[in-house]
Amino acid sequence: MVGNALLALGGAHGVTGHAVTLADGCLVRNEWVCGEYLSSRKTEIWDALVQHTVITVVSVLLGIAVAVPVALVARRWRWLEQFVLGASTVIYTVPSLALFSLLLPFTGLSATTVVVGLVLYSLTILVRAIVAGLAGVPAPVVEAARGMGYGERRLLWQVRAPLALPTVMAGVRVAAVSTVALTTVGAVVGYGGLGDLIYEGLRTLFKPQVLTASVLCVALALAVDLLLLAAQRAATPWRRGRPA
Amino acid sequence: MSWLSETVAWLTNGANWSGPDGAAALLGEHVRVSAISLLVAAVLVVPLGLWLGHVGRGGTVALNVGNVGRAVPTFAVLVLLALAPPPFGLSQLSIITALVLFAIPPVLTNTYVGVREVDRAAVDAARGMGMSGWQVLRSVELPLAAPLVVQGLRLAGVQVIATATIAALAGGGGLGRLITEGFNRQDQAQLVSGAVLVAALALLVEGLFELLQRAVRPPSARA
Repeated sequence: MVGNALLALGGAHGVTGHAVTLADGCLVRNEWVCGEYLSSRKTEIWDALVQHTVITVVSVLLGIAVAVPVALVARRWRWLEQFVLGASTVIYTVPSLALFSLLLPFTGLSATTVVVGLVLYSLTILVRAIVAGLAGVPAPVVEAARGMGYGERRLLWQVRAPLALPTVMAGVRVAAVSTVALTTVGAVVGYGGLGDLIYEGLRTLFKPQVLTASVLCVALALAVDLLLLAAQRAATPWRRGRPA
Repeated sequence: MSWLSETVAWLTNGANWSGPDGAAALLGEHVRVSAISLLVAAVLVVPLGLWLGHVGRGGTVALNVGNVGRAVPTFAVLVLLALAPPPFGLSQLSIITALVLFAIPPVLTNTYVGVREVDRAAVDAARGMGMSGWQVLRSVELPLAAPLVVQGLRLAGVQVIATATIAALAGGGGLGRLITEGFNRQDQAQLVSGAVLVAALALLVEGLFELLQRAVRPPSARA
């Protein structure tokens, strides 16, 4: 109020002759919803979003790349399958906070730490999904293919894989969405994407930053889910007309 | 492998367990917060899931709440609540609320699916015998759905225990404190000890729920 009066008296330079930067607005008042925050911190938000997306995509792709051979090997030997499932359950009980902190001395203060942790977590979901998907392939179909002369490799890629795809894709969707959310904890080692903004926002009590980063995180996760759902529908045309 | 022996040394050192900031106190706090969160989530959502499954409505919601729930990072919810005005703020209420929201999706989905998966023939037979809807739910659907309901609680329980560690990032307590302190002090033994305790607690709860799940398996399924 006084500031307004001073401005009215002396224009932009106020009574004292100095430039009066009358700061008022949702940014100063630290409101939850603030357009000013969005416009003034565009680069920061964008960088965090990009980092978050890259970490998620790399982790999920690596997860799939590791899970496929592990699942194929696990299907071959029963005891190995039990071991892999047991090991993945144990990994899942290790809190992400601890896992990222533990990997730090080995992989340093880098995105690698977060990616390795995320890959380990997504493995638990992906290996299960791939094993379950392959196990769900109807035996008559496999027999028919064998009768037609399909060798093991052709059987795997042209018969088992397509039929296992819906279950596997469901697992990939769960893993991807979980990874987006879990990436935020990477903030403890400084590579949490949007989680970094949230963490910093807590320490500086900066409300609009926390809300914006949180909303973007959820939006990213939902976008990833919908994208993968579309990919799944596109990859399994024979299932169109049936519920996903 | 020195960290292994250092961790064992840390865990067997009585001094680390005593005191208000000792491992024992933090473990107790962790168990308390996790248990309350799981209990509240169960009370809120198991009846709802049972009812929705019984009437066969709200399936899309019950099944998709899992997808949406997974998309919301608990860390974000916790920080949002920590910055909110009292009674939230940096309090146990914030942590418990965040964990309750986190636990709801798996419990709701599993409860709903559990009731839907009940053999239709059994339900029809019960109806044919003249049982009311409520009697069908209580005497037929609930016992047959029990294993899946317990599985939902088990999933939620283990995840809540692991996730409760994040509370330490927002000034909370629990075993996460051992991890963050160990991280800040570069005390790897403390860090690993915290992680080991959380994992051990989660595996213990997993085991207990496994036993519970076996116990509630209906006689027909045990054959």
